[in-house]
Order: sequence, then C-alpha cells, then structure tokens
Amino acid sequence: MQLLVLSLVLLALTALGYRLGRGRALAVIDCHPRHLHSLPSYHGYWVAMWCGLPALLVLAGWLMFEPSLLRALVMSALPAELAGLPDERLALVYNEVRNVARYGHSASSAAVADAARHYASLRQTIFAAAALAALSLAIAGLVYARSRIHRQLRTRNRVESAIRVFLIAASLVAIFTTIGIVLSLLFESLRFFQSVSVSEFLFGTSWSPQMAIRSDQVGSSGAFGAVPLFTGTLLIAGIALLVAVPLGLLSAVYMAEYAAPRFRAVVKPLLEILAGIPTVVYGFFAALTVAPFIRDAGTALGLTVASESALAAGLVMGIMIIPFVSSLADDVITAVPHSLREGSYGLGATKSETITLVVLPAALPGIVGGVLLAASRAIGETMIVVMAAGLAANLTANPLEAVTTVTTQIVTLLVGDQEFDSPKTLAAFALGLVLFTITLALNMVALSIVNRYREKYD
Amino acid sequence: MTDNSPTAAAAHRPSLDAAAHVRRRYAAERRFKAIGLGAIFLALGFLAILLWTIVSNGLSAFMQTYIRVDVRFDAESVAGEDYQGAIKSALYARFPAVESRGERRELAALLSSGADTALRRMLTADPSLVGTTKPVWLVASDDVDMAIKGHISRQPGASGNRLTDRQLGWLGELEAAGTVEKRFNTILLSSGDSREPELAGLWGAVVGSVFSLVITLIVSFPLGVATAVYLEEFAPKNRWTALIEVNINNLAAVPSVVFGLLGLAIFLNFLGMPRSAPLVGGLVLALICLPTIIIAGRAALKAVPPSIREAALGLGASRLQVVNDHVLPLAMPGIMTGTILGMAHALGETAPLLMIGMVAFIVDIPASPLDPSAVLPVQVYLWADSPERAFVERTSAAIMALLLFLGAMNLAAILLRKKFERRW
Repeated sequence: MQLLVLSLVLLALTALGYRLGRGRALAVIDCHPRHLHSLPSYHGYWVAMWCGLPALLVLAGWLMFEPSLLRALVMSALPAELAGLPDERLALVYNEVRNVARYGHSASSAAVADAARHYASLRQTIFAAAALAALSLAIAGLVYARSRIHRQLRTRNRVESAIRVFLIAASLVAIFTTIGIVLSLLFESLRFFQSVSVSEFLFGTSWSPQMAIRSDQVGSSGAFGAVPLFTGTLLIAGIALLVAVPLGLLSAVYMAEYAAPRFRAVVKPLLEILAGIPTVVYGFFAALTVAPFIRDAGTALGLTVASESALAAGLVMGIMIIPFVSSLADDVITAVPHSLREGSYGLGATKSETITLVVLPAALPGIVGGVLLAASRAIGETMIVVMAAGLAANLTANPLEAVTTVTTQIVTLLVGDQEFDSPKTLAAFALGLVLFTITLALNMVALSIVNRYREKYD
Repeated sequence: MTDNSPTAAAAHRPSLDAAAHVRRRYAAERRFKAIGLGAIFLALGFLAILLWTIVSNGLSAFMQTYIRVDVRFDAESVAGEDYQGAIKSALYARFPAVESRGERRELAALLSSGADTALRRMLTADPSLVGTTKPVWLVASDDVDMAIKGHISRQPGASGNRLTDRQLGWLGELEAAGTVEKRFNTILLSSGDSREPELAGLWGAVVGSVFSLVITLIVSFPLGVATAVYLEEFAPKNRWTALIEVNINNLAAVPSVVFGLLGLAIFLNFLGMPRSAPLVGGLVLALICLPTIIIAGRAALKAVPPSIREAALGLGASRLQVVNDHVLPLAMPGIMTGTILGMAHALGETAPLLMIGMVAFIVDIPASPLDPSAVLPVQVYLWADSPERAFVERTSAAIMALLLFLGAMNLAAILLRKKFERRW
C-alpha cells in the first residue's frame, strides 16, 4: 500500500519532469523549434529520465535487500533464549515474528511479541529511509537536469542511447535466465552429490528417497539410484511416441498432400486445440477415464493391470503431442520441392507411391528432427505423469505396471513443506539437472537436423 | 479386335495382368488415403472424448442441492452466535421421532457444516428476524448432493458407508414434502477453496490467476518486445547475437518444471520472496512465456517491409524514431497476438507453480499479489487429488472454467489477427 503510494508519487514527479523539461526547452528558444538541437519532447524525456531512473534504482534495491536486511537486524536483536536456538528452529521463530508483525497473528511468547514490535518499527524505518532517498534523488535529478537544458544540448542522442541500453539489457535477460537455471541446478546438485555419489545416483537401481527426521531412526538412509526413474520416463515417453508418431505423421501426410484447402482450414485449428489444452486437464482425463478403462479392459482380457499403469499415462501423453508431430511434419513435407513429386508422377507413380517412395524419404531428416523435439517434450512433461503415473520406482519394461518418472519425482520431492537441506529435496535438483541436460541435448540435435535439412532445399 | 488367333490372345494376357496391377495400385492408393483420414479422425475423436468427459462430468456441478427447514431465530442462539444449534433444533423439530444422539448426528449431517453462514448473512441484513421462525433454504452436504444428482446409489444398503439407510429415508421424506431443491451453484463461482466440496469455490483461484497473469504481462511484454526490437532492428550480426538467438530458442524448449526449480532456488531461497504468492508465480510464468513473445515479436517485425523503414530514414528520422513511430505500430497486432497466445499458455501452466509452493490450501480470496493464493490449474490439480466424489464434478467444472478463459483468449488472438493482419 505504502509502496503503491510512493510509486504513484514518483510517477507523478516523472510526468512533471517531462512537462518542465519540455517547457524549459521551449522557453530557451522562444518557441522556435528550429533553433533547438533536439525536439522539445526529447528534452522532456531527458529530464523525466533523470528524475525517474535513480529513484527506480533505489526502490529496486530496497525491494531486493529489504527482507535479508530486516532478518539480519531482527536476528541480531533477539534475546539470548531465542538467539541460542538451532538454525531451523530459529527460522521458525523468525517466521512467527514476521507473521505477528505483518498479519497480526498472536504471539506465542513475550519475547516473540517484542521481536515483532522491533520488526515492525525497523520495517517502517527502512521504508521511510528508502522513500526519502528515492524522493530526494528524484527531485534533485529533476532540478539538475532542468537547469542543464540549453540550445545545443543533444538530448535526443542521450535519450536514444539510454533506450538502447535498455534494449540490450532486455535481450540479456534470456541469457541470464539460462545462467540462472544452470547455476541453481548445479549448486544444489553439488550439495546433493556431497551426500550421494554421482555413480550411485546415475547407475543405482533402487530409489526410495525417504530421509529420516532423526538420524538414529530405523531405515534412516534413503536410496538414491535413479535408474528406475530413467527407465520409467523412457517407457512412458516411448508409449507416447508410439501413439503420436504414426497418428501425427499420417495426419500430416493427409493434410499436406490430399486435403482440400477448406478441409485443412477447419481441421488444422481443431488439431491444434489438442496442443492448447493445459496438461493438468490431460492428467485429470488420464486418471479419471483412461486409467480405469485400461484396467477394466485388461481385467476382461485376464491381465493384471496396475491402476496407475504406464500405458494410460503414455497414451494420453501421446494424444497431447500429436499436434507437435503433425505440424512439424506438415512443414517439412510441404518444404519438399514440387519437382520431385512431378518427376515421380511423370514416371507413372500413384500419389501414395510418390509419398512413400519419394516425398517421405526426402523429408526424413526433418521428420526425425520433429520426432526428437516431440520426444524432448514427452520427457519433460510433468502434470500428466504426476496425476496418472505411479510413485513407486519399479524397474520394469511392462507397460501395464506402474512406473514413476523423473518429473513426477521432482514434484513429489518438492511439494509440501520440508527442510531445504536434506538430500531428499536436493535430489530434485539433481534430477532437474539431468532433465535439463537431456532435453537441451535433444533440442540441439533436433534443431540442427531440421536446419541443415532446410538449407538443402532452399 | 476380332482376331481370335492364339498369338493375339497371348499378346493380350499381359495387358489384362497390367489392368489388375493398376487396380491393385489404385486400391492401395485409396487405402493409404483412408488411413490418413482415419488418423485425423482418430485424433479428433480423442479430442471429442476428452471434452465430452469433462463437460458431462462437470455440468452437474453448476447446480447444488438445498434443503428447506423452518429455522427459529431465537434470541439466545443469535446472541451466542450458535447458528449451528438453531439449524439442528430446526431439523430435530422437523423429525420429532429422532431422539438418540447417534441418529441426531446422522440427521444433522444431511446439511453442510457451513450452512450456518447463510443464517448469519440473513441476520446481518435484517436484524428484525430475531424471535421469528422463517423457512430457509440451506446448503445440503456433499453426500446428499451426490445422492440427489444420482452419482451415488440411493438403494438402501447399496450406497456403501456414505449415506446410511436412515439418512436416505429422511431424504426421501424431505423430497416428498418438496423441501429439497437444486439451485444454481453460486458458491462454486463466488467463494474460495474449502475442504467441504459443497462449500468449495473457484473465485480465489480465478483472482490468483488474474494477479499472476497481470504480473506476467507487466514483466514479459516490455522485456519481450524490447528483445525482439533489439535483435531484429539494432543488433549487429556477430557471435553474441547468435548466442542470444540460440539461447532463446533453447529456452523455449526447456521443460516448464525446470523453470519452477529456478523460481524455487532463486526467487524463494535466494531472494526470500513469499511462498505461494502470485507475485513469484507471475515472475516464473513471465520467464516461461518470454521466448514465445520474443519469437512472435520478431516474426511480426520481420513482416514489416523495409521500404517503410527506408522512407522514414530518408525523411531524416533517427533509427529509434523509425522503430518507435513506424515499425512498432505496424508490427503491434502481430506482437499482441503472440503475447495473448503466450499468456494463454501461462494460464494453463501448472508444474512450475507447484514448485514454488502454490499448492497450499488457501481459503481466503487474495487481496494483493503478495498474499498466498491458488491459481486455476493448480486448483484443478488439488481438487482432482481429493477423494470425495463431489470433487470430481467440481474439478470438471473448474476445467470448464479454465478452458473457457483459454478459449476466450485464443479467440481474441484470432480476431486480432483477422482484423489487423496486413500483407504487403
């Protein structure tokens, strides 16, 4: 609330800066814009920039560092009986202090109530300091920039270079996101590999990530061999591809080679709907309808089917990725030059013979690339398997049994409140690292295949 | 040809074979075509089954069973805020034969444990009700609701342990008296989450989704447009630019759950932002849909013909003025279309939000992006996990709401494209 008011005040100041700067520029030249180096509005933008940017930086710094600063100050002022607690208890106490101070919860002890009062007053002080700094910087910037305006001032160049800096910074966000992903996965994984060796994680065949709350408890060490997760992921993704590749490829062939334009215009968007439906909906569908159907069908045939069979999850995931395969295959099939087809027709081949003997072999690299992209999609897909695949890590190739996947385990390990430092939660990051590496590699290979193929016919 | 000589017949035979061969080849052709068409209809059939399952399960959730009882607003229970007591005595008065404690508990279980809020609301609206006896329609419990809708059997002894035979008997009596009614389910659309299916609503999740999407839009639209403009209009063709481009293409293919891990490690643990808050959810979703917006934006900018840039440059505009005054306005419809599609994708995203703690059970409607909140797809996930039968139809109803929002966004994108699309 306070922050909103402060931002509005700063925004108003910036707008005022624009008007003052523009007015000043017009006054300097007695309303003869030709005498000015830049348009008057650029002078306005320049003053507004001087007014708004420093204040914005102060606010951003406050938003970034307020929580940690507050925590450090409050912790250092805690009475001895609280400050002596072990770290995880201390974190709980701090949480309570914050809840008491901010949301008016009732405090469990007098010391906590004191700390909460301290917290509230510190928070006010820090905010007041930040607000004061931001406002004074804004006013100072406004006054300074306005006083600098003169006839020859090249405000357009300055404003434009500032905007260019912003453009470059924006395009670096993508790089920083990747770096952030890699670093956060790597750091937490390294901490995980301090307690579980890399070879045990990558080649161990038993997965039961139960960590005990106390170290002397029975069965206190979990097993972190991820091979059952990898095979489970491959099994489900394989089933999905078995469904999606034939269906997607055949529908792409029909769309590209046979369909009338009007049929195409209606059916293509309908197929794309399959890709637009949220995965959580597919997960619900798999768990509610498909899994029981498969189990009942299996029972009728005399087979034992787990209620969370890999087949159900894979089947539904396959339906989801049909449009990926079909739209990519459609692209590469239409990219095959017409001269190839005409040559084949000229030799007397029928349309289907041309497609199977000429067009598809020519489009094969692109199709393979598309299938690899679909595979990476299937491996990284989360909600369907979380809702429809099992949690037990079975090392099996039988699609009727329940298996678990990498993404399912990431979610189950991290959902719910647990302490952040146990190998159990850190294992999720190691799994995330494996997932990231594999999907990245698949994408790189797929994109390079598709690109090389495109160049061949362009 | 009337020539019947053996040599001529021998000359004919291969051509008969050839005709059969051609027929076979044409049959293969027709088969191939039919298989292709079959694949398309199979895929569309899956879509139809999916939508039909959701709609047929979810439609009944928009109605909710209410039971009418004559409640006496006596001064005591109003003063003690004991509306449950008032409801119970009304029920006991309706069935005077019920006397043992166990039976009375079963009787009270016909109504929802949250039925008293209706009484409280009535009294705050009209304090003069104290001391009077009024017929009031109260929310039935989820099991009664399911029985009325036919989702659990009403044959005595067949309904398992959900409703006892006695309860079914009372229900039949109430129905015969015309005091059971299905009404439009306003609770589903207007309240927050609840452990009781009949009291659970979507509104909290809708508000949370709106907050998240607003944050996502505020963060990702300027960043995405700026990146697209830089890469398409200003960036020199060098190794760095190539690196950024490869990077963006790869980010577009990173599994969303990995973005959730990033949000957990950086936003929550490193920067100390609040768990379960739409603010953090919005930031993570912004990173996820940034590549979509950039790629769509670059395509839109590329479609603006160079002649427009050259004309503006020739009249003395600076490159930034060219972009800002001429190229961007022309590319804006395309960029907006891409942004809406990216937002629609973000609206349906679930997995990364589970990572940053948006699975908490939250009853209150969030008042700001910093309050803990659920979002629509996570609400679907939470309800799908609940064991109560009544949550199945509510999950389907939540999915219908989600698909409705998605459909509206996609329709907006299509209309935008139709209206403003220009070809030069």
